[in-house]
Amino acid sequence: MNLPNINKKRIESLLSQDKRLDERKLFDYRDIIIETGISGNAEGSARVRIGKTEVIVGVKLGTQTPYTDHEDEGTMITGMEFSPMCGERYEGGPPKINAIETARVVDRGIRESGFIDWKKLCIKEGETVWSVAIDIYCVNDDGNVLDASSIGAVAALMMTRFPVYDEKEEKVKFGEWTNDPLPLTEKVPFAMTIYKVGDKLLADPNREEEDAAKARVTLAISKPGKEYMINSMQKGELDTINGEDLKKILEESEKIYDKIFPELDKQIKSLQK
Amino acid sequence: MPYTKRPDGREMDELRPIKAEVGVVPNADGSALFAHGDTLAIAAVYGPKPLHPAHLQKADRGLIRANYNMLPFSVTERARPGPSRRSKEISMVTANALSSVVDLKRFPGTVIDVEILILQANASTRCAGINAAAMALAHAGIVMNEMVSSVSIGKIDDKIVADITKKEEDWTEGEGATDIPFTLTSNTKEITHLQLDGKISTSRMMESYDAAVKACEKIYEYQKRALKGEKIDENVSLKKEE
Repeated sequence: MNLPNINKKRIESLLSQDKRLDERKLFDYRDIIIETGISGNAEGSARVRIGKTEVIVGVKLGTQTPYTDHEDEGTMITGMEFSPMCGERYEGGPPKINAIETARVVDRGIRESGFIDWKKLCIKEGETVWSVAIDIYCVNDDGNVLDASSIGAVAALMMTRFPVYDEKEEKVKFGEWTNDPLPLTEKVPFAMTIYKVGDKLLADPNREEEDAAKARVTLAISKPGKEYMINSMQKGELDTINGEDLKKILEESEKIYDKIFPELDKQIKSLQK
Repeated sequence: MPYTKRPDGREMDELRPIKAEVGVVPNADGSALFAHGDTLAIAAVYGPKPLHPAHLQKADRGLIRANYNMLPFSVTERARPGPSRRSKEISMVTANALSSVVDLKRFPGTVIDVEILILQANASTRCAGINAAAMALAHAGIVMNEMVSSVSIGKIDDKIVADITKKEEDWTEGEGATDIPFTLTSNTKEITHLQLDGKISTSRMMESYDAAVKACEKIYEYQKRALKGEKIDENVSLKKEE
């Protein structure tokens, strides 16, 4: 459903003076609050709020036969839904393209970063491997659900512990847990999205700013050493970005990474205890 | 082993610790959270709004459309996302449970959408969903004749108990388990929703209604308190289930 965006002109005219409706700077994020352990039957779970935007994420583990081209590696599937709860514009039914895109962008950031040690998810080569299912639900959409989803997925994975696996019966004892965490690496991927409104770039839009945006670029970045590694990128929406925009996006993404994500990483790690 | 005491140490007519709160979804016209112990539901209401497609509209009244969604990670073994036959049926009985107390004649041609998410499940999920949804309707300021409250009464072996858990639902010894979710109106104690799975004699069925009346009166008090703005979180740790 297309809602009239009555503030669009105002947003654009403010932006021409580098100002925003809620007085944030162009690349400032709203407060990010992470809670974990929000669903006790999940192997790992998290709630992320960015301002009034809220997503909840759960991780479930199971077993399956591996893919024939990766016989000794675990698998991952990421699902995302905008619950009709999360805003006037959303309706029921199977996930629509924006939810599918969100899931796939989050999935690629995690998959390509090497955050999960896939080989350690092998139970019996060629026969049984662990499968990781990440399910993301938007509860309230006030813009920038994509970044919230990615942060939530990372937080939920960091909280994940294995269920008990019965080696004799060769099946999972669901509802019984070990203390063993998911095998993760230091390559923690965080996704951030830069939006283009008019000819200005900004981060973490609220819903009205996001509606006014004509293009966006999502980057999932990890920083295992000194370098910022881009693990996935996606340009979204109809309009183009130019070379200047791209340069600016790359510059700002490093600053955003340093400003926001070490703090989030610390926040999640303190919740692990 | 005969069923003489409850696995989590509760009295036969005792509810699990309750969580109740309104306003949990800022975008919605009304919203609420309700938890029976570790069964946790949130509900959001949008409407009344025009109903599309138009041929579904009723010229003399509005409609309530409910959608019950048990999240894939809310249960021990991942549930497939998306609607199932089970969730469709629960959505329907939820809409029915709520419709009779809402003054739908005031809103001809419209729909009120009620969206329910189950974040964590340990039996009685439809009851938690209905309790949250009723609060969300009231929170949205929709005209209601009275509230509804919902509870799952069980007959476990030969005992009538209130607000059953998964462990009780799965009881097989003695007479086994009978699960009877009830939704009652707050003042007139009319039944707006009743289901039953199991085995119970007609002579004991009224006992289960009496237990539901008692339990729903307690739940109604929590709903009222939360609607007045209180954030209820009885995070009382029960004895771990044996």
